[in-house]
Amino acid sequence: MNTVNRTSFMTRPSLKTWCGNQTMLEAHMLAAERGGQRLFSDISFSLQDGDLLHVAGSNGAGKTTLLRMLCGLTLPAEGEVRWQQQPIQTNRDRYNEDLLYIGHRGGMYSDLNACENLRLCSNQVVSSPLIYSALEEVGLSSHCNKPLRLLSQGQQRRVALARLLLESRKLWILDEPLTALDTSAVEWFAGRLATHIERGGMALVTTHQDATFISQVTLNVVLG
Amino acid sequence: MPANPTPGVFQAWLRVLQREMLLAYRQRNDILTPLIFFVIVVSLFPLGIGPEPKTLQLIAPGVIWVAALLATLLSLPRMFNNELHDGTLEQLLLSPQPVSVLISAKILAHWLTTGLPLVVISPVIALTFHMDNTALLYTVITLLLGSPVLSLIGAVGAALTLGLRGGGVLLALLVLPLYIPVLIFSTGAIIAASGGFPVDGQLSLLGAYLVIAVIFVPWVTNHALRVSLD
Repeated sequence: MNTVNRTSFMTRPSLKTWCGNQTMLEAHMLAAERGGQRLFSDISFSLQDGDLLHVAGSNGAGKTTLLRMLCGLTLPAEGEVRWQQQPIQTNRDRYNEDLLYIGHRGGMYSDLNACENLRLCSNQVVSSPLIYSALEEVGLSSHCNKPLRLLSQGQQRRVALARLLLESRKLWILDEPLTALDTSAVEWFAGRLATHIERGGMALVTTHQDATFISQVTLNVVLG
Repeated sequence: MPANPTPGVFQAWLRVLQREMLLAYRQRNDILTPLIFFVIVVSLFPLGIGPEPKTLQLIAPGVIWVAALLATLLSLPRMFNNELHDGTLEQLLLSPQPVSVLISAKILAHWLTTGLPLVVISPVIALTFHMDNTALLYTVITLLLGSPVLSLIGAVGAALTLGLRGGGVLLALLVLPLYIPVLIFSTGAIIAASGGFPVDGQLSLLGAYLVIAVIFVPWVTNHALRVSLD
């Protein structure tokens, strides 16, 4: 059974009134099929500024499919995703300008080093000092000249997450961002996420771990 | 945090090109394979047929062009496969810039690392086949016009067969028939030129094929990639 519920306590009422009730991201009656089997159906929710949505569900429940659908990478079997009242399929360029997606595959080239990855792969113009300070913040400043394939899984994940510091996007869609991260990196991520939400950003996150950011979640989607 | 600007279309295009060339440099073994394959396949023919200059001159255009088709085919799976597995292809499709434009930079990079080396080495190959100067010149010209078409059409095939099991064979079946016009007009032009006949017709048709491919392929590839990643 799929459930969507908004947690009753609102931690930032002032922000809510400031933003009004404008819905930025809206999922309308989404359904997914994989290999002829229905994964989920009738998923509807809407996100406003300052919302953090957590997608929970067992393995194979369709969490990644849902996130890819919300990015526009997978077409929904039914329903539609809207960004600022418009279907994302028809205003893709504008939606992508506001979207930062980090999949469970990090989206980084293993033959390029961390600096090159962040400079050439991020969709924003960033200067080298900024990249260096971002890598310092995620604790990788001493590894910036190594190709990514020589770094550990956790370090590669940190490089991918360094994009959160460099790209100023309104909506974050993060698929299992905590995989392979150690405790300090998880804490850093929670802090970064909290700042983003406080500034009126939005985020959709899946995770299996009991993460510290769970307390800030304003909307829960449970699949399966 | 400073709001970093999103790059413009041309800037993003340059970035993709720069990234692809840097990656090609890092994976230079992969880049050399099609070129070495081309050289080996072409040099097998004199060994198998014998060193008679007349015969070699006769078969040279066809042999060089067929080897070029196969070498390009060999390099096609590399175009999107790595990017599919590390998730960077998803990021490309989520770019705020028109994705078709960025794909054209990828295809250009593929040609620069696969087609252009063939063009550069072809005069040497042509000499081993005792080709005269006119035939040599037109071998280079037709390769210069035709090899970008191979990369372009190959991109559509690579995108359509992305992630499929046995995709390599399917790719060949899909792409080789579309390479036939390039083969016909190119070898036709070389043979006509060495016989002293005008070649405007063949070269114009090659050029037209190139222009059509440049216009439509990035757009088609974009849609093919979206289907493959769905």
